[in-house]
Amino acid sequence: MRFLALCLSLIATSLASEEVVLGLSQDQVAITTNFDGSEILLFGAVKREAPIPEEPLDVVIAVSGPSGPLTVRRKERKFGIWVNTDAVEIDAAPSFYAVATSAPFTEAISNVEDQRHKVSIPRAIRSVGAPMDVEDAQAFSEAVIRIRTAEGAYQLHENAVQVDQQTLFRTSIKMPANLTEGDYPTRIFLTRNGQVVSQFETMINVNKVGLERWLFDLSRNQPLIYGLMSLAIAIAAGWLASAAFQVLRRN
Amino acid sequence: MALSKIMQIYLPIAEVSVNAFLLLGLGGMVGILSGMFGVGGGFLMTPLLFFIGIPPAVAVATEANQIVASSFSGVLAHLKRKTVDLKMGTVLLTGGLIGAALGVVVFNYLKSQGQVDLLVRLCYVVFLGVIGSLMFVESLNAIRKSRNNAAPAKRKKHNWVHGLPLKMRFRVSGLYISVIPPVMVGILVGILSAIMGVGGGFIMVPAMIYLLGMPTKVVVGTSLFQIIFVTGFTTLLHATTNYTVDIALAVLLLVGGVIGAQIGTRLGTYLKAEQLRILLALLVMLVCGKLALDLLIEPSELFSIGAAGGH
Repeated sequence: MRFLALCLSLIATSLASEEVVLGLSQDQVAITTNFDGSEILLFGAVKREAPIPEEPLDVVIAVSGPSGPLTVRRKERKFGIWVNTDAVEIDAAPSFYAVATSAPFTEAISNVEDQRHKVSIPRAIRSVGAPMDVEDAQAFSEAVIRIRTAEGAYQLHENAVQVDQQTLFRTSIKMPANLTEGDYPTRIFLTRNGQVVSQFETMINVNKVGLERWLFDLSRNQPLIYGLMSLAIAIAAGWLASAAFQVLRRN
Repeated sequence: MALSKIMQIYLPIAEVSVNAFLLLGLGGMVGILSGMFGVGGGFLMTPLLFFIGIPPAVAVATEANQIVASSFSGVLAHLKRKTVDLKMGTVLLTGGLIGAALGVVVFNYLKSQGQVDLLVRLCYVVFLGVIGSLMFVESLNAIRKSRNNAAPAKRKKHNWVHGLPLKMRFRVSGLYISVIPPVMVGILVGILSAIMGVGGGFIMVPAMIYLLGMPTKVVVGTSLFQIIFVTGFTTLLHATTNYTVDIALAVLLLVGGVIGAQIGTRLGTYLKAEQLRILLALLVMLVCGKLALDLLIEPSELFSIGAAGGH
């Protein structure tokens, strides 16, 4: 009896005392003029006081881009041409979302835990109110996943996290060239038997820098000056080309 | 690998990464057409930009800025050859600016009704189709006539246009007509250019030839002259209200574009007016056909993602 109690308390403490120590190859992604995507290496270790439990450890990593509302439209044939008919508002969908797991997704995290922590791609998209006249609202969020997966914005990498001796883990996430600025919440879940035993959250910051930053800020803060500058550049380029060809013709 | 990394450029407003040489090439190609035919090339470039993944709102606004550059380059070449009717251009422009302002109102109304996308496409198909086939038939007839009796076909005939009041003399065009038709043409083109995101040269050019009876030689330069101001106005409107003018994209397109326009203007002088018109007609019908097919054939992806509240 005492032995059993001891065992239970040991398991309980070991569950609570497993902690993630994370390292990132970079926690800043700078969007420069020749930015064409970035690969971020996520690596870490599991810190624990108690001996390693029997049950194998799984790691689930989710990196999410800034979330925002969307309108998804569906085309239908009307009068012989394809036109947008139904539209569904998606309340929040991340611009980027990558999930990497150390085992097949359903083994690494149970459905209940996925529901609670919103880890899988379909759960990362929040859609509350679809219009009453749209019957298959589900098809619209599925379409968002299909289109964005094809663009490389949504990624699911099963068995992509390497775990060594239940303690060290690492994976890399490839971020596409078409990144949106903002904070990218990065979550790491340690799971046993599909149950989350520990979780850790950090931020990857994606920012435009240099010329990109300056132009973007100018276009938002001083739109009239930005517009006039665009026109001036256009006219100067037109004049320069004309003058250059004039010289070429004379020679 | 290293080279492809250098060619890749991230556009600050569009927020996409594209190949710089691809943009230069596109700009150059469309620039040649613009110089040859006196069209801004927007009706070609805007769909091409959609195709390479630039967000539509950015494509439309930036294209307006690029047209300013290629038109300015083209108009300078035409000014040297004295083939710009500044007086007629100013009259057309007056109408154009009124039309552009009206067009923005119409555009916002359509947007609130939804389906603006479809309406823009239908506008393209109808206008390109009608103008393309009219020009094609007319140019064929002109070529046939000039072959039969060697004398160039005369297009200066009196129609209802010449019976209107407020007459004005347009020396460069050799016309003495009322200002009402050119102002009306300007307004119409202004409305369409605001809705369709183009300079409107492909409508302006035929309208000047067939409706106003202007000589083909003057038409191209005058059209370019007018387009500069209308698209410049549009650029400013987009930059201040929608923040969708991407200057990096515009610079790449216009470097290719202005060089292309210079080449195009010179190529144009080697061709006869009828040949020039028949080529433009074919081009217009080609774009029209492509857009019509897109509407008729079942798309591979029935769903599309748009910004929230955009319907």
